[in-house]
Amino acid sequence: MAKQYETVIGLEVHVELATKTKIFCSCSTAFGGAPNTHTCPVCTGMPGSLPVLNKQVVEYAMAVGLATNCKIHQYSKFDRKNYFYPDNPQNYQISQLYLPICYEGGVEIDTPAGKKVIGIHEIHMEEDAGKLIHDEWEDCSLVDYNRSGVPLIEIVSEPDMRNADEVIAYLDKLRLIIQYLGASDCKLQEGSMRADVNLSVREVGAEKFGTRTEMKNLNSFKAVARAIEGERARQIELLEEGKQVIQETRRWDDNKEYSYAMRSKEDAQDYRYFPDPDLVPIIISDEWIQAVRDRQPELRTEKLERYKKEFDIPDYDARIITGSKKLADLFEETTAICKKPKKVANWILGETLRLLKEKDMEPEELRFSAENLAKLINLTDAGTINGSVAKEVFEVLFGEDIDPEQYVEEKGLKTVNDEGALRTVIKDVLANNPQSVSDYKGGKAKALGFLVGQTMKAMKGKADPGSVNRILKELLDEA
Amino acid sequence: MDILSLTATQLGSKIKAGEVSVTEATEAALAQIKKLEGTLNCYVTVDEEGALRRAKEVQKLIDEGTLSGPLAGVPVAIKDNLCTEGMKTTCSSKILYNFYPTYTAEAVKKLEEAGAVILGKTNMDEFAMGSTTETSAFGVTRNPWNTEHVPGGSSGGSCAAVAAEECFYALGSDTGGSIRQPSSFCGVTGIKPTYGTVSRYGLIAYGSSLDQIGPVAKDVTDCAAVLEVISSHDKKDSTSVKRQDTDFTSALVDDVRGMRIGLPRDYLGEGLDPEVKAEVLKAAETLKEKGAIVEEFDLSLVEYAIPAYYVIASAEASSNLSRFDGVKYGYRTQEYEGLHNMYKKSRSEGFGAEVKRRIMLGSFVLSSGYYDAYYLKALRTKALIKQAFDRAFEKYDVILGPAAPTTAPELGKSLSDPLKMYLGDIYTISVNLAGLPGMTVPCGTDSHGLPIGLQLIGDCFKEKNIIRAGYSYEQARGAWKAPQLTETAKKGGI
Repeated sequence: MAKQYETVIGLEVHVELATKTKIFCSCSTAFGGAPNTHTCPVCTGMPGSLPVLNKQVVEYAMAVGLATNCKIHQYSKFDRKNYFYPDNPQNYQISQLYLPICYEGGVEIDTPAGKKVIGIHEIHMEEDAGKLIHDEWEDCSLVDYNRSGVPLIEIVSEPDMRNADEVIAYLDKLRLIIQYLGASDCKLQEGSMRADVNLSVREVGAEKFGTRTEMKNLNSFKAVARAIEGERARQIELLEEGKQVIQETRRWDDNKEYSYAMRSKEDAQDYRYFPDPDLVPIIISDEWIQAVRDRQPELRTEKLERYKKEFDIPDYDARIITGSKKLADLFEETTAICKKPKKVANWILGETLRLLKEKDMEPEELRFSAENLAKLINLTDAGTINGSVAKEVFEVLFGEDIDPEQYVEEKGLKTVNDEGALRTVIKDVLANNPQSVSDYKGGKAKALGFLVGQTMKAMKGKADPGSVNRILKELLDEA
Repeated sequence: MDILSLTATQLGSKIKAGEVSVTEATEAALAQIKKLEGTLNCYVTVDEEGALRRAKEVQKLIDEGTLSGPLAGVPVAIKDNLCTEGMKTTCSSKILYNFYPTYTAEAVKKLEEAGAVILGKTNMDEFAMGSTTETSAFGVTRNPWNTEHVPGGSSGGSCAAVAAEECFYALGSDTGGSIRQPSSFCGVTGIKPTYGTVSRYGLIAYGSSLDQIGPVAKDVTDCAAVLEVISSHDKKDSTSVKRQDTDFTSALVDDVRGMRIGLPRDYLGEGLDPEVKAEVLKAAETLKEKGAIVEEFDLSLVEYAIPAYYVIASAEASSNLSRFDGVKYGYRTQEYEGLHNMYKKSRSEGFGAEVKRRIMLGSFVLSSGYYDAYYLKALRTKALIKQAFDRAFEKYDVILGPAAPTTAPELGKSLSDPLKMYLGDIYTISVNLAGLPGMTVPCGTDSHGLPIGLQLIGDCFKEKNIIRAGYSYEQARGAWKAPQLTETAKKGGI
């Protein structure tokens, strides 16, 4: 019988923090901007410049640490990681090796076998590097230091995961926690959340871990899952062939669904870490920890329970809404205005998600306001517009965040409630469609639908469907 | 009136009184530079045009009453490892031969705010690594007292410029004695303040945990006045300390009665030139006669200071100097194949031998497997040395000793034996490791007419103690005397 293998996975997750300014200078962290415009002597490594720690970075790192049940090192330090590369203007990265800010934590994930805790070994703070642009045309490389010094935290897990599903569940858990804290937007595609996967395989029942590889360049959850499957298969194949897994760093190419070796342990660099003498130790008082703890917002698990209780929303719906900080915020803000939680939930789960999917957008990209969604809900509820008009208005609202009241007024979309006018139109419809009338009388219920449609068309969609149905039936019975 | 013979604060008063104009003072210094630079080479860059333009601006601000400090209008020389916006800053290295900073160092800014006129940038040992100013890529600086001798280092250009009256005062930097030792060799006064007193922002780092900027001048009064101006709590430097007691000129008091002064026996033993020893002990005697309580004691651990220093400073330097790579600024090799070859060739060609030696030493002590044995052990040694000083300062207000074991050596005699050169730093290095303030005050000459310096060391943040002791000594010693330049030097050639 073939050997059974177990996969052992640990993750190093880099998260770009949502501070307005960089970790060691006051330059903007805003995305984009012409090359080297968000820079100063500090983040371009000019001789004589010195780093000064942005306190907000420490607060965010602590907040993430506390939310992932970590302990806090109340005496923490920055170290220099020395290596030469042009995206790194000082040729050392300021990071934390010896005394990282957070350590020994963990988060709980759901697995088919029940709840499981994934341990967090440490969380440390560090600076991002600049970006190299290779100009093939001019045969030269250029460097943009706008990203240089953008604050990152690296969350290092224990090797506690056993398959891709657990990895995705863990990443999703981290993403939600961090988004809820407001510490980052955690977009894998844009690189504000990056995961490196450390993976090894061993025979089921074996005590020792196998030799691991580190996989880089994973920029979507799907890529993470594919890379794990691919690497597991590659390592098992090696072992089955009686070969050794080599400890190395590999780069995943998601298009080719293949990874290739970047560097092996043998040519791993000696980073010559040592405490950065330009920065003073970070002293964190009990009071500071408590203050950060007190400011922690309601996280996903608590919110989920509250929604079910407070708003009487089904578990499935509440999970989807709280599955994105943006959707949850939209839900709560809209509900606070219109006081109709179920209707708000329906709009979010229905039309909002449909359009997001259609336009291939993330919830974070939603641009319409809670005020306008609430107005739309109120207009529909009051019967001022009918359901199909409401959907049309929502599409416009989704794209341009218009004021629905004004829009409905300007476009003349209000439901016509003039019974006399409606009767006249319906009489015309019946007169023009004798075949359908006789079909209806002959027992074909479908014909009624056709006549409703014709009436709505004649009314340009502005009739109240209830009234149309009632009057149609009434007149058909008379005919 | 001989403008050049004035001290910085004397000149400041005369400018304020309208007896001397800023332009006259600047022109006098520039003329002296022209006369002597061919021989001495104190400067890497002289900014004649900029200085004269600035002199006019400053004069206007003084006339308007906007500037009224004691140093307003006084021309200064700046060590070439302090960034000056738009003015070439080289660290006396080929690798920065064309580097023009985009900003000005905080300490220099403070001087500018006080009305300083910058004459230029002074020569130094490359990246402040050396004790003779011979490792400069732009030629050696000669000692104004005897041009066959070195001025000391690494702030040799600043100290020689002050001694030769090519400026009225200067800024230097001190990582292991780089202000105090050349001050001793050039017969001028220099202070290395408590670590954190002067912002390091804009000082091109050598050993970040040890580097401090300080003044070099003709006397203690000038040094106190300059230090008062450049001390600041700077938010741009995390190691900058917020302190209130920076009114250093208030300590210019001729009174040492009851002051407890300790002479470490460790500083007076083997290796110390007998002539230097005699003059230093004479100075101690002078202070005793003025009422100080002077006694010998054992400081201990002195022999460990040099290895600890060279491990820590080199480790930090190996990382600090990695940014000089030919990518962003400075020297880049002419021909190369690919990135790593460019790095290798630019750095090989751009750095001098002493800098390379320290980068290699520093990279070695930080490498994995050696970190604990060297770097961590050196840090522990540093902590023990600090404790030894703490114990000493329980008993003494000031520690007194020589600044260097000898007077200035002849040119070309030091670099061939680096270990021996490193030993010359023995009396200054512990002060940096412990973060303490230290000052050199001239206290005589040897039989060859070369200056001897007295070193006064204070506890952390107690600059006022050493300023008071130095000032009192100076009152007994008499006013500063300029070196008698040889006839050939005066003519501007050898």
